[in-house]
Amino acid sequence: METKDKIRKFIESNLIVFNDEVIFSDSDNIFEKGFVNSLFAMKLLNYVESEFNISVNNEDIDISNFSSIDNIINLINKNRN
Amino acid sequence: MEYKKEVKCVIWDLDNTIWDNVLTESKTIKLKTGIEDILNTLDSRGILNSISSKNNYDDAMRKLKEFSIDHYFLYPQINWNAKSASVAQIQKDLNIGIDTIVFIDDQPYEREEVKSQYPQVECIDSVDYKELLSRSRFNPKFITKDSQRRRLMYLENIKRTRLEEEYEGPKDEFLASLNMEFIISEAAEEDLQRAEELTVRTNQLNATGKTYSYKELNYFRSSPYHKLLVCELKDKYGSYGKIGLGLIHITEITWEIKLLLMSCRVISRGVGSVLLSYIMKQAKTENKKVTADFIKTDRNKMMYVTYKFSNFKEVLVLDNGYIKFENTLEKIQEFPPYIKLSIN
Repeated sequence: METKDKIRKFIESNLIVFNDEVIFSDSDNIFEKGFVNSLFAMKLLNYVESEFNISVNNEDIDISNFSSIDNIINLINKNRN
Repeated sequence: MEYKKEVKCVIWDLDNTIWDNVLTESKTIKLKTGIEDILNTLDSRGILNSISSKNNYDDAMRKLKEFSIDHYFLYPQINWNAKSASVAQIQKDLNIGIDTIVFIDDQPYEREEVKSQYPQVECIDSVDYKELLSRSRFNPKFITKDSQRRRLMYLENIKRTRLEEEYEGPKDEFLASLNMEFIISEAAEEDLQRAEELTVRTNQLNATGKTYSYKELNYFRSSPYHKLLVCELKDKYGSYGKIGLGLIHITEITWEIKLLLMSCRVISRGVGSVLLSYIMKQAKTENKKVTADFIKTDRNKMMYVTYKFSNFKEVLVLDNGYIKFENTLEKIQEFPPYIKLSIN
């Protein structure tokens, strides 16, 4: 599975909204849209670190780096290089 | 290895530890003298009990029921796996630190096996079982209402988790179905023992890793320049007890968070940031900014992330792991919709 699909799947399986048919694009801010809560941010960080075998620096632990699928992918790519 | 932390859970072997003889080999199984009293006393001190035994699960459980002691044990591991694996499973299920677990077994081999995997687990020869109660690690400094109810709270939680696993549908809907109420109040004198207990017991979610004594907390409680807040969480199955604590130093322009902690038992409920959001909102209504002390320990990264994800910025970082966070309160996270917030 591609990185993007993996992340999307992980986010979708953790959605907290009632609506079953949530649609969000790769650039949508998932926190502002209220799809996920801050507990999820922690889970997402753990997921990204273990699934992609990277270690996110303290400076990069910022909500903006986790707020959309695009931003998460940028973060992963940056840490892979 | 020195074992210092107060014990949170005792993991018992069965054959020749809880009872005399070996269940699969003998017709005459008798409880060791005084074992019921020991279990009961540990339980009332808020120390949990579990089992790691190599036996057939059904046979062993039947025997425990016959002796009417089965209810004392949480997450009993009765199987043929390595005992270190059972210890790991129990630690995970209870969500407690490995260094707060004690393992008791008559077989040197089993004790060595556990020790080889988890040197932080104190392994005790079962011939010494009668002196457990007098050891200092088994005597919590305070025995609070919450500690006496601890096993029951875990049982309520097992029930919740089971329902959660069975629940098909969005997670939010399940959380909403719990009718959670998060209660924040200024600490009263009777809260202080539990407050101290929380600072001592909570490692993962303590932003400074500091512990405070009853006396210190009582000073802050009555000081006009401080706020000491305690949080309780309830849902339709019962109360989780007092699960959070915040200490704020109030100055002319700032609310300084000196201590922020949340019990690990409520992590999965998504309430970790409620107290923080509340503090931020209150400070904002008084036109103040918020700062927070953070001291890095090997266990509290989650609190670091909580601050960072709540838009706190690092304004001071020292070599010893101290970080000062600051937040100008432009953005404050809303409370989760599935929680009713009450302020006392």
